[in-house]
Amino acid sequence: MSQLITTPNMADPDGLYASLLAAHRGLTEAESHAMNARLVLVLANHIGDRRVLDQALALAREGTGPAG
Amino acid sequence: MPYDHKPFDYVAPRGLTEVEPRHPVVIIGAGPIGLAMAVELANHGVPSVVLDDNNVVSVGSRAICWSKRALEVLDRLGVGQACVAKGVTWKVGRTFHREAEVFSFDLLPEDGHKMPAFVNLQQYRVEEYLVARALAVGTDLRWKNRVTAVDQHADHAVLTVETPDGSYALEATWVIACDGARSPIRAMLGLEFEGELFEERFLIADIEMQADFPSERLFWFEPTFHTGQSALLHKQPDNIYRIDLQLGWDADPEVEKLPERIIPRIEKVVGRRDFTLDWTSIYTFQCRRLRKFVHDRVIFAGDSAHLVSPFGARGGNSGLQDVDALGWRLAAVVQGRAPEKALAAYDRERTFGADENLMNSSRSTRFMSPAHGVERLFRDAVLDLAGRAEFARPMVNSGRLSKPCVYPLNAPDDARLPDGARPGSVAPDAPQGDGWLIDRLGGRFVLVAFGEAPEVPGLPVIRPQPNAAVIRRWLASEVTGLYLIRPDQIVAARWVEATSEDVAAALAAAWEGRT
Ligand SMILES: Cc1cc2nc3c(=O)[nH]c(=O)nc-3n(C[C@H](O)[C@H](O)[C@H](O)COP(=O)(O)OP(=O)(O)OC[C@H]3O[C@@H](n4cnc5c(N)ncnc54)[C@H](O)[C@@H]3O)c2cc1C
Repeated sequence: MSQLITTPNMADPDGLYASLLAAHRGLTEAESHAMNARLVLVLANHIGDRRVLDQALALAREGTGPAG
Repeated sequence: MPYDHKPFDYVAPRGLTEVEPRHPVVIIGAGPIGLAMAVELANHGVPSVVLDDNNVVSVGSRAICWSKRALEVLDRLGVGQACVAKGVTWKVGRTFHREAEVFSFDLLPEDGHKMPAFVNLQQYRVEEYLVARALAVGTDLRWKNRVTAVDQHADHAVLTVETPDGSYALEATWVIACDGARSPIRAMLGLEFEGELFEERFLIADIEMQADFPSERLFWFEPTFHTGQSALLHKQPDNIYRIDLQLGWDADPEVEKLPERIIPRIEKVVGRRDFTLDWTSIYTFQCRRLRKFVHDRVIFAGDSAHLVSPFGARGGNSGLQDVDALGWRLAAVVQGRAPEKALAAYDRERTFGADENLMNSSRSTRFMSPAHGVERLFRDAVLDLAGRAEFARPMVNSGRLSKPCVYPLNAPDDARLPDGARPGSVAPDAPQGDGWLIDRLGGRFVLVAFGEAPEVPGLPVIRPQPNAAVIRRWLASEVTGLYLIRPDQIVAARWVEATSEDVAAALAAAWEGRT
């Protein structure tokens, strides 16, 4: 069974960060939120593994109040 | 032609002038579920009284989509052929976002089944057939008999029944409350109907027109003809079409019900004016159920026990599955062939089924009618992606159509046999010469055998002709197999090989409601 990778896993983290910002450039806040939602869906499908995705959801949710 | 609602005759009941002997079963409500219940019990040799406060079949088409499983149950009751002959058969659903088709589904991609995936037929027709059938099997059907009170005792219940000629008392060993979504019986017993109401309103309209829309389920998200909302179109027999239009929570139902509001909306959907309005109604979405369906001498079935939003056709269909799971057990309890605790299995199986329906129904509702904020954000993200990325299409949720649940039975199983026929599933149908396997199952316990059949007293053995469909659905790559099938055509247990003792033990466990 796969586990969510939480250690560095990308060759060029600064480059990816810059690409993320670039992709959102010129969008309103609402448009950015919409794009992020689409991005989550696209990436989730690519990962495809529910166990990994559930771990990712838990990690992202951490520290932002009790899960509902 | 609009349906002609001929009233049934009210006859002054015996109980007004004499004390009636205690009845084994009294059913409250002559909707599809109460009527089906009466026929099912009669088929098992138990007579019943059915009380209804009204004297006509359903006003309005209401439940129109009958699933394969519901049709199999109706067929066992003797009205399945009539429903299929009269109804519109369909199996494909198409979902559009604005102009473009974004998702389609085929509910029965393979053939070799007696019953089709779905038949669209107005609830009033199904009730009409069931009334005729109930009378034919000797049901004591009493129109204009309204139950106003229920008193529970240790081994029976006493109902107070109001008629046009006054009230009377009726004793029953068992009462089945099939009195619908607003169930007065539920209120009389002080039971809470737990769940949620969604802040959404839909307009439902039946129109009559000569048109050639396909026999498919058509659903639109944000169509140009109904900006920002959603719409559904279904074909029914007799040139009647069902249209559901989302209105939003702010809509005023009284205003939206006016023909001068409805007609222009429908003109936009169907692109023409030559139709007549047959029936309209406005509904909200509710997803609720009773925590338990069996309350001492009173058993709940159908909408009185559970309520879902209509998208997915899980209302009428799931009620018929309640009938399926209750009938043989209650008949056996009444006839002293099974202990009362067997009824706990009805409660267990059908609350499980209700939860599956509620889950699917709530998910569809959240997709169709997302709350402001993040629910809306993800809904729109899916619709947006569905146009250009295939993976997003199955996420488009315009209703997941009724399928029977697989009961989580604690029974002998062998995973080498096909998954689709595991214990808790409906026994798979297959062609048998000019007939169908499903017709040889049901009504009693049977042992379906491929190869040696151990002998168990009182248990008939069925040996299907092993054609390709039978082998695929029942055996996979095994050469022997034994299936214990319940009277409701559900697989109770199965083995690749078994002894008489194994089968007898599984049979006893099923009768006693231990699995
Ligand atoms: C407007 C509307 C639209 C619907 N559309 C759909 C749809 O598109 N698809 C779908 O699957 N389902 C639909 N449904 C739901 C579907 O109609 C129900 O799931 C189905 O009718 C349930 O059958 P039932 O026998 O449990 O209850 P009902 O059909 O409601 O029957 C209950 C019966 O009990 C009687 N009764 C009530 N109280 C008493 C009393 N005190 N004494 C004696 N008799 C009493 C009533 O008169 C009635 O005849 C719709 C329902 C409504 C109201």
